[in-house]
Amino acid sequence: MSHYTSVTEEDRREMLAAIGLSSMEELFACIPEGVRLRRELDLPAGMAEQEVYEHLAALAARNRDADAEVTFMGAGMYDHYVPAIVDAVILRSEFLTPYTPYQPEVSQGTLQVMFEFQTAISELTGLPVSNASVYEGPSAVAAAGYMAKLETGRRKFVTSRGVHPHSRAALETHAAGFGSQVVETALDDHGATDAEALAAAIDDDTAAVFIQQPNFLGTVEELGAVAEAAKRTGALFVVAADPLTLGILEPPASFGADICVGEGQSLGNRLDFGGPSFGFFAASDKYIRRMPGRIAGETVDVDGRRGFVLTLQTREQHIRREKATHNICTAQALNALAGTVYLSWLGKQGIVELGKLMLQRTHYAREALGLEKINPGPVVREFAVRVPDLDGVMERAREAGVNPGYRLGRDYPELSDGLLVAITERRTKEQIDRLASLVHAEVAA
Amino acid sequence: MSSEEYPDGLLYHAEHDWARVDGDTATLGITWFAQDQLGELVFFDPPAVGTQIQKDTAYAEVESVKAVSDVIAPLSGEITEANEALGDTPEKVNEDPYGEGWLVKIRLSDQGEADQLMDAAAYRQHIGRG
Repeated sequence: MSHYTSVTEEDRREMLAAIGLSSMEELFACIPEGVRLRRELDLPAGMAEQEVYEHLAALAARNRDADAEVTFMGAGMYDHYVPAIVDAVILRSEFLTPYTPYQPEVSQGTLQVMFEFQTAISELTGLPVSNASVYEGPSAVAAAGYMAKLETGRRKFVTSRGVHPHSRAALETHAAGFGSQVVETALDDHGATDAEALAAAIDDDTAAVFIQQPNFLGTVEELGAVAEAAKRTGALFVVAADPLTLGILEPPASFGADICVGEGQSLGNRLDFGGPSFGFFAASDKYIRRMPGRIAGETVDVDGRRGFVLTLQTREQHIRREKATHNICTAQALNALAGTVYLSWLGKQGIVELGKLMLQRTHYAREALGLEKINPGPVVREFAVRVPDLDGVMERAREAGVNPGYRLGRDYPELSDGLLVAITERRTKEQIDRLASLVHAEVAA
Repeated sequence: MSSEEYPDGLLYHAEHDWARVDGDTATLGITWFAQDQLGELVFFDPPAVGTQIQKDTAYAEVESVKAVSDVIAPLSGEITEANEALGDTPEKVNEDPYGEGWLVKIRLSDQGEADQLMDAAAYRQHIGRG
């Protein structure tokens, strides 16, 4: 008998009797014989609460996390500092516990936060319309593709290989579902998007062109040439951008981006187990009725007081299937709230200071490591290098409590000796120098 | 809001659209019944002049506070004019569905199609008001 609930045998007998049955079996009389299991589930005996705790603690101790080792791992999620004020706000039960709190009569706080989040995203990206968040970066890229397909009626997507491998994979998965094709174009020998190769792949059947800023290797891309190539054929220009580095990089809107999406984890969300986090999705005005996701709007109530509501719900929430812009029908509200608190804490000046700090420290680290550069041009927060005896370096470093970075060979077979190194504000000069000495000790050996 | 009516002299389609035929051209819109079901209209994006539309298929969308719905063409033809004013005041469709709430004007490609439409009395019966 299950010990997960407080129901006793006596309780069961009473409940069964109340509905005129004498056994649990009779409750399932409508299930056909042929599909009944006819045995107990093959589960181990239950544990007492204390035993569960000890068991899970032992399992957890087998993980290494970013607080236990010095990590230079990035590749889409970053070890940034999350200030205490984020938890102080998001752990309030008014924010933490409700499920879909969108009735304007009782949820003005939540709706106001969504509106402020959207405003922040619009300011960072330069695009006027933003939704209240989506699941994460990669599916936001796929959603941008779907929106471009609806808008243009065209069936091809062209993406640089500089876009995150997960984003490209998500785009392909979605595209397969509605019969669109994804064409990937090459990086040049400086770890940046080959603009000519990208332009050559764009034609009259291209719904959208995708580029990431900074790209997966940390390269600051030249967006202008790509934008031009996209616009020429009427394809939508989609930029997958990192929100934190938008503090010092030109907003995608200034290059004519139609849509800007991205991963929001670096804004006030910890690494955790690779999630949950949130994605953002912003676009030009003319696409407002094709936007996926929830949108909070500002309005006035019957007494003329300012208030907030969900808007354009007939496109996303109260929809008929054929008319829907997307299937998401939700938002990552709590994670987006963490992001909004973080941006407020950082402020308009702070985000620039943080960007400059990352820029400087990244370049310092790249020089300090003294390895062959895969992307020697301007980089921010991340860079790629070739490492002789990469296996050896990884092993020595991990033993010394340092995670040197992400092995590029997983996603770029031509870079099998490549290491992607991420430098956030948490990586001190001492830690960087330590990594350099670990690397060179191995090289010298 | 307007009061319920289905003017004689118009032709009606089962999907709640009307047509005012004038020789080889026609003005199209949605009926009082349609706007009543939809509720207040908030958005209408007119199709481009020159677009070919096909009888019995959707040629545009109307968006109300309740839902987004297809507008079905009662007749086939080429769009010669679209009611751009509805961009600012879509609620005109609710207030005056047969007058200022017209949606598009077309040049008919097959004047014989009009024979397949209902008159006001038949339409009233169709929606259970006759």
